[in-house]
Amino acid sequence: MFSRHSDLPFERDQSTRFLPWIVALMVFLGALMFAAALVVSDAVDTWDSSLTGRMTIQIPENETPGDTIPKLTEALQTVKDITSVRIVPDAEARALLIPWLGEGVVESGLPIPSLIDVEIDAGSRIDPVLLQARLAEIAPNVAVNDHRAWLSALIDLARTAEILAFAILALIASAAVVAVIFTTQSGLAVHAAIIELLHQMGARDSYIASQFQLQALMLSLRGGVAGGAAAVIVLLFFGWIGRGIDAAFLPSLSLSLLDWIFLLLVPAGAVTIAMLTARVTVLRTLARMP
Amino acid sequence: MLRFENVGMRYGVGPEVLRDVSFALAPGSFHFLTGSSGAGKTTLLKLMYLALRPTRGLVHVFGQDVSMTPRTELPDLRQNIGVVFQDFRLINHLTAVENVALPLRVGGAKHVEIDSHVRELLSWVGLGERLDARPSTLSGGQQQRVAIARAVINRPRLLLADEPTGNVDDRIAVRLMYLFEELNKTGTTVVIATHNNALVEKFGHPILRLDDGELSVRRKLDTKETS
Ligand SMILES: Nc1ncnc2c1ncn2[C@@H]1O[C@H](COP(=O)(O)OP(=O)(O)OP(=O)(O)O)[C@@H](O)[C@H]1O
Ligand SMILES: [Mg+2]
Repeated sequence: MFSRHSDLPFERDQSTRFLPWIVALMVFLGALMFAAALVVSDAVDTWDSSLTGRMTIQIPENETPGDTIPKLTEALQTVKDITSVRIVPDAEARALLIPWLGEGVVESGLPIPSLIDVEIDAGSRIDPVLLQARLAEIAPNVAVNDHRAWLSALIDLARTAEILAFAILALIASAAVVAVIFTTQSGLAVHAAIIELLHQMGARDSYIASQFQLQALMLSLRGGVAGGAAAVIVLLFFGWIGRGIDAAFLPSLSLSLLDWIFLLLVPAGAVTIAMLTARVTVLRTLARMP
Repeated sequence: MLRFENVGMRYGVGPEVLRDVSFALAPGSFHFLTGSSGAGKTTLLKLMYLALRPTRGLVHVFGQDVSMTPRTELPDLRQNIGVVFQDFRLINHLTAVENVALPLRVGGAKHVEIDSHVRELLSWVGLGERLDARPSTLSGGQQQRVAIARAVINRPRLLLADEPTGNVDDRIAVRLMYLFEELNKTGTTVVIATHNNALVEKFGHPILRLDDGELSVRRKLDTKETS
């Protein structure tokens, strides 16, 4: 019966109105960024295991008179650390392009380059520039694609995106912290008479801080649930769209159960930050009183 | 229990409201505090319940020098002081029961223990029918009784009441006085500020009298005050 009313009539405070919105925004964006980071790191793992240790040699179609391909193959086989050389059949190369250009274009006799797949001994490294220079003696316009270089550029990109995401999240979190501080301080001013009365009855600052903390919990929980629910809807929607896309190297957009559990950390963290901020604000403000 | 030495009090740059006030209250004593309106009764009580610090002189409460007590130790002192404010200071969004329970909650009691205790006391002061009413829906005298119940609920060592019977009829005033006397019998030191000379005479406790900021202690009312 006593838990029904807080000692302080927070429900009438105007300044508490927008706190749930800020927390909701923080949780929504935070959850999306967190999900994106999880998906990207999953994808980087997948690319990593499937793409390292391979290179693709690409020869423009107009440069393949008769014996170029066999000559290249022969040259490649003599290179140290190359464990296997495979000429990619024309049909397979065309199939690779269909998702990008569409079946009609690819089947219409579009000139496509010849490809040679090369596997490299795990743990060793071949400089693609040197290899290209060597192969250019046989076919001047040959191109060596090092998947590793491509991958490490992608990983760098993913990492930069991650840092950017966390910077934005930190910015929103600071906005939420400022909002909690503002709400708490205006609450302290609005309820000064009741706080004085509680002090007169012998209430400690921590007793009063707990009331504000509880209030911050209620407000941020409301925002956290709303923001989290919105994020789940968006993520499920992306997952559903992602199911239609079948490109081999695009990351799978679905999250594992563990990922979903990790995602719960976002609203939980927001609520914790709000509660701690309210408590610290009350304790610091009251300690300055005579 | 309570000792004032040459206490002077002024608000801001105004005149001294209290001048050279010196007295001591023994533990378990019962005093009335009288004086005309504006004489400084509320100011003296505020000094006693640690809401004000004196501009000069010494105030000792429970043997502690108030001006030397750090802020962090005030809650312990204040939990032992029950106060009936002249303006009640009930919390409007809480029910009568919740208002009265507040000192117990502040002191950390469990609410199961609180509930029956609070209802019993409110019934005793004649509010058994209005337990869950908000203060704004109570009459002045009813609010005053809620304020009194709140001040005595945790059996404080010191009870300070500012005009606690100003809004009730004589029958209820006497009943409330019995409540204070009961509390006093269990060891609580009591100070009651009042304009009600009939009550002062009927109960016959010693008097702290304020005249123009100066305090004197008397056994009985002057004859001219009685008439
Ligand atoms: N906060 C304040 N600021 C300035 N002056 C004050 C303040 N409070 C009280 N006073 C002045 O101090 C004097 C004593 O006031 P106090 O309230 O102690 O009187 P009182 O004896 O309780 O009067 P009453 O019987 O009417 O309640 C009065 O002249 C009053 O105007
Ligand atoms: Mg007064």
